[in-house]
Parts: sequence; structure tokens; C-alpha cells
Amino acid sequence: MSSAAEQLSTRHLLGIKDLNENDIQLILDTASNFKEILNRPIKKVPSLRDITIANVFFENSTRTRLSFELAEKRLSADTINFAASSSSVSKGETLIDTVNNILAMKVDMVVMRHPHAGAGVFLSKHVNAQIVNAGDGAHEHPTQALLDSFSIRERYGDVAGRKVAIIGDITHSRVALSNILCLQKQGAEVMVCGPTTLIPKYIKSLGVKVEHDLRKALNWCDVANMLRIQLERQDIAYFPSIREYTMLYGLNKEILESLDHEITIMHPGPINRGVEITSDVADSKHSIILDQVENGVAVRMAALYLLAGKRG
Amino acid sequence: MKQSILLDGPKFQITIQRLCRQLIENHGDFSQAVLIGIQPRGTYLAKRIVHELKAMLGVDVPLGALDITFYRDDFRRKGTGPILANSTHIDFIVEGKSVILIDDVLWTGRTIRSAMDAMQAFGRSEKIELLVLVDRRFSRQIPIQPDYIGIQVDSIDSQKVLVQWKEEDDQDSIHLITEEV
Repeated sequence: MSSAAEQLSTRHLLGIKDLNENDIQLILDTASNFKEILNRPIKKVPSLRDITIANVFFENSTRTRLSFELAEKRLSADTINFAASSSSVSKGETLIDTVNNILAMKVDMVVMRHPHAGAGVFLSKHVNAQIVNAGDGAHEHPTQALLDSFSIRERYGDVAGRKVAIIGDITHSRVALSNILCLQKQGAEVMVCGPTTLIPKYIKSLGVKVEHDLRKALNWCDVANMLRIQLERQDIAYFPSIREYTMLYGLNKEILESLDHEITIMHPGPINRGVEITSDVADSKHSIILDQVENGVAVRMAALYLLAGKRG
Repeated sequence: MKQSILLDGPKFQITIQRLCRQLIENHGDFSQAVLIGIQPRGTYLAKRIVHELKAMLGVDVPLGALDITFYRDDFRRKGTGPILANSTHIDFIVEGKSVILIDDVLWTGRTIRSAMDAMQAFGRSEKIELLVLVDRRFSRQIPIQPDYIGIQVDSIDSQKVLVQWKEEDDQDSIHLITEEV
């Protein structure tokens, strides 16, 4: 048994910022137990059979929504799904009204993705349900960071002391911020790498290294987390062309093989094949991209289970 | 706090050996039976039994460890919060086999109910049996009875029964602990 505390310190999962090191260890330790369960013939436990969870998505998602829904079902929770595009939100209903109407149907937890930073925090102050942030604008995506750490831990045994480079569009990435906080809280070293225009000016205040040369970053790190170029969030052009970005920051087999040591490649998905990463790298033995997806279900089960334990 | 010893020394070992012989009586060479220790403290007894069976029969009886945390019926009750799980290792086929669940102390029966629930996730076993070192009789909350019993103890709810193991606690012994009011 691990020495981690047996309770989360928080009632909601709004961001990694609110978690302490014990919370992170507790979630990751519990996730390993759930991962074993996911390899059984019957991949389901009855823990949350009295809990109803609403998945409220104001923004598109494939992996995260499916992963949360599967995690909820594996825990025997009842689930309802809500996508903003097919709802009354387009008729002008406010966020609080929408969620309160969902809660009126006796829902205990809300898993929410929203295009605006802080939407989860706002909601947690105004409605009577536990909120799980499944991504809020360019702010945080806590479960992604937790599953990334879980995957690193699985590969290397420990996150502490690892060197992780986060490469690509840092400015528009909630995955980057959550990962930086999550990795640092566990004692890893973090570097961000990308064109100057895609790295926030004050990122150094978080205590991360900044590098603009892809090869230098790759030679420094044990793990490279390649982020997607988020064209949908970019209101202006941050670099001359996709082709130029790919030439300077795209990871291909040639660069990977020229490094002085082997590194592990991660990507939160969805991949733009041929832009930030080539197919032969994404599908190579260095890549743990599909392990990340598999681990996502176990990590989300752990987070939901532990949050449910905070309901008296 | 008052502590009395219910069983220790040579008698403890004799009890374990008797349980093993009773198992052999029913399961022969264990070609169709598997042992599963319930986490955390049932696994010590299970390991000891496998060790004794190896000495008696010369065979390695398949041994698993089962954690029942996610199957408990008291999750989010009693204000205890979630309980950190232990690991489960069952790396053999359970389907069609006789499963012998092993725990150190049988009290309310609720752990065993959870364990039977958890076992279903691994397939339909031919039969499930229960072996316990200590049966706190007359304190069951659900109708569960053991098939193999080390010793039977009459105790009240406020008392605790503690089993200690050489491997973990430097001695083999069973204690009855009474909190003084």
C-alpha cells in the first residue's frame, strides 16, 4: 500500500493547480488498480452505482468525451451526455441555467469542457454539484496531465527526476499548462519548445526552461510531448505557414534517429500527421500515444472514484 | 486495552496444517482448484497454505490475490471516505475451477460478499469455497458461512481479533483485543 493520503484534498477537479502532491500520487496509484480491472473479462466495478454524471461539452471532443463516458460506465455510474451544438445553448440559455436544469434531473457530478478559461471554477461556485474540468479554453486540462504522468510513470517507474519537453503551440494549450504544473509537483524538470510567437512571454515565471531549437530540446529530454497546432484557437497568424512550422518544429524519423539517446514520444491527440509529427514517428516503438489513450480511462476512473468519495 | 492470546506457538502451526489436510481431502492434487487470498491480510494466510501444500504434495497450487475495495457496500458511508485499494493479481483461468477464497478473520461476512462479487469479473467458477483462520461466530450480518475454519471465537462487536504472521509481525499468533471503557 502506498503512503499517500487516502482522501483528495479537493471536492472538485478544476485544475492541477488545486491538487497537492499527495492528491496526484493518490490518483495515479488508484489508476493502476483500475488499469488491472480494465484487463479483466468483466471490466466493471459497482462503486458508483448510485451516482449520476452529466458530460457537458461546449466544445468538440472525441477522446476525452469517450474516455470519460467509458470511465463512468466502468464504475457503474449513470451517465447523460450533452453537446452544446445540439442544445438550447444556441437559443441563448446561460451556462448556470443550462447546468441547473441538468442538475434538476438529480445529477451528482458534471464533467465539463468549455471554450472559456475558468468556466469550471465559475460553475463550481454557483451550482450544487461536483465539477470535473475536461478542458477549459487555454487554461487547464487536468485529467490529460494526470494520464500523461501515469504513462511516464509506467514507462520509467517514476516521474521525479525525468526531463520532459513540451513542444509546439504552448500559448493556446491547456495541456501544456496542466502538464507543467503536474510534472513539477512530482519533481520532474520541464522545458517548453516552440516558435517565439507560440510561447507565452512570462512562461519562465513557472520555472520552466525555454528553448527554440527543436533538436536541442530533444537532446535534452527523456520524454517529448508533441502538441498539436491549434489553428482553431489562433485569431491571427503566428507563423508564416504550416510548411515552415513543420520544417522547424515537426518531429520526423531522421531527427529522432540522429539524437544521442532514445526518447519517448507522447501526443495528447488529435494528431495532425505530417505537421507536428510524422506518421513513422507516431507509430514507432518510441511512441506511447495509444498507451496514453488506454491509460486515460483508468486515470479518469480513479479521479471520479476519489471525488465520489468526497460526497458524504 | 486488554489483550488475550487465542492461539500461538505449535498449536498455530497444527491448525494451519489441519486446514491444508482438509483442503487435500476435498481437492486432491489441486488440478481443478485455485487459491485466492483476500487483500490485505488474507494473502499472508494464503501464502502460508500454499507453502504447506507444497511441502505435503510437492505441487505448486495456483495462488492469486484479490482486492475488494471497489466492490465494498460501505463506500461513502461511515464518513470513512474512499479507501486506497491494494493490488489484484490473478494470472490464471478461474472459469470452471473450484475457487477457495482465503481470509484471516470472518466477522460480518460483508468482505466475503464483496469478494464473491469481484470474482465474477474473472469468469464463472465451478464452485466457491471459503477458508478462514478465525471465525467470529454469531456476528454475521449476511448469511455467509465458511467451509474450512481454523478456530471459532465468541466475541462482541467492540472487540477486535488480530492475526499476526511471522513474515510480517515476527510471530504467529491470534489475539483478542478488548478496548476498556
